[in-house]
Amino acid sequence: MNRTPANILDRPLGGRGTRSAESNVSQSAFAYLYSELVQYHQSRVASISELERRLESSGYGVGLKTLELLSYRARESKRETRLMNILQFVSAQVWKSLFGKPADSLERSIDHADEFMIVDYEPLTSTYVSVPSDLGQLSADAFISGIIAGVLDGAGFSARVTAHSVALEDGEGSASSNPSLPPKKDKAVFLVKFSPEVLKRDASLDR
Amino acid sequence: MASSSSNNGSSGANQLLLFVIVGKNEPLYEAEFHKTGTAGASDSVTRQNYFVLHSALDLVEKAAWTTNNMYLKVVDKVNQQQVSTYLTAGNIKFMLLHGGRSEDSIKNFFSDVYELYVKLSMNPFYRYDTPIASKSFDTRVRAVARRYLS
Repeated sequence: MNRTPANILDRPLGGRGTRSAESNVSQSAFAYLYSELVQYHQSRVASISELERRLESSGYGVGLKTLELLSYRARESKRETRLMNILQFVSAQVWKSLFGKPADSLERSIDHADEFMIVDYEPLTSTYVSVPSDLGQLSADAFISGIIAGVLDGAGFSARVTAHSVALEDGEGSASSNPSLPPKKDKAVFLVKFSPEVLKRDASLDR
Repeated sequence: MASSSSNNGSSGANQLLLFVIVGKNEPLYEAEFHKTGTAGASDSVTRQNYFVLHSALDLVEKAAWTTNNMYLKVVDKVNQQQVSTYLTAGNIKFMLLHGGRSEDSIKNFFSDVYELYVKLSMNPFYRYDTPIASKSFDTRVRAVARRYLS
């Protein structure tokens, strides 16, 4: 029997070669915990935007820790300094380590140069959540937008991230969706809007 | 001993090492390492060391965006002392003021401290960018310093 050391500083951090199956958590456990988290905040707020803000701040800490942990595990002693690279890091690495698969797509907005969209057809946080009509536009994925904001802020690219539910176009949609749930009608889009100084700095690095 | 601080600095510089972890707004952790047997530095030398380290912060900011390495090597040279820096993925700066150590030993020191820092930040009660008060972190950092830097 090998006991995990009591002090957090002595425990192994994992990386290439360690068994990643140990670090996976069952989806039902997460869904249960997440629903408790949402209910906890819901009982303490007076408005929808306040609830979204609280979910976002819960996710922010996760994002910061994920950034450090994944960069450490990648073992290359490199950090991202360019905008496109950090966005790709988020949509590929962060998504893969947290949700088991890379994000479904990363797009750049045509109208605004500082807006990007990360699309996920079946985000974990809203798979088992149904939003009643009196809560209107609430998105339970505010937790994930908090995670994205945490990763970007930590790396030095301050951004405002919001979660939106967009109707699926015909022909889109993942084939591997859960057959026991009714077919999804919309996808989650995380809109990332960077602050102007981030874009300025990134543009100056191009030269 | 406190008379001419620049003279004192050069003789003590090889033994004295100052390690500071700097967040976005304030230092998060400070530690002085010196060889066992020599006395700790006097007040004025310590203050001067802190001043040198903090004035190198601007140079670190400038260098941070030119490379995507975490290890930034020597960022500043003052008198006989050099400031080496390591930047984590979350833009937390590890800075070491030293009197000339081999690149390799400094790099190993930084990567071990980085591992300790990542483990510390996995603690859900440790908020990012706040001062590090953990005694066990302090003990371990000193042990790493003893292994690589003396």
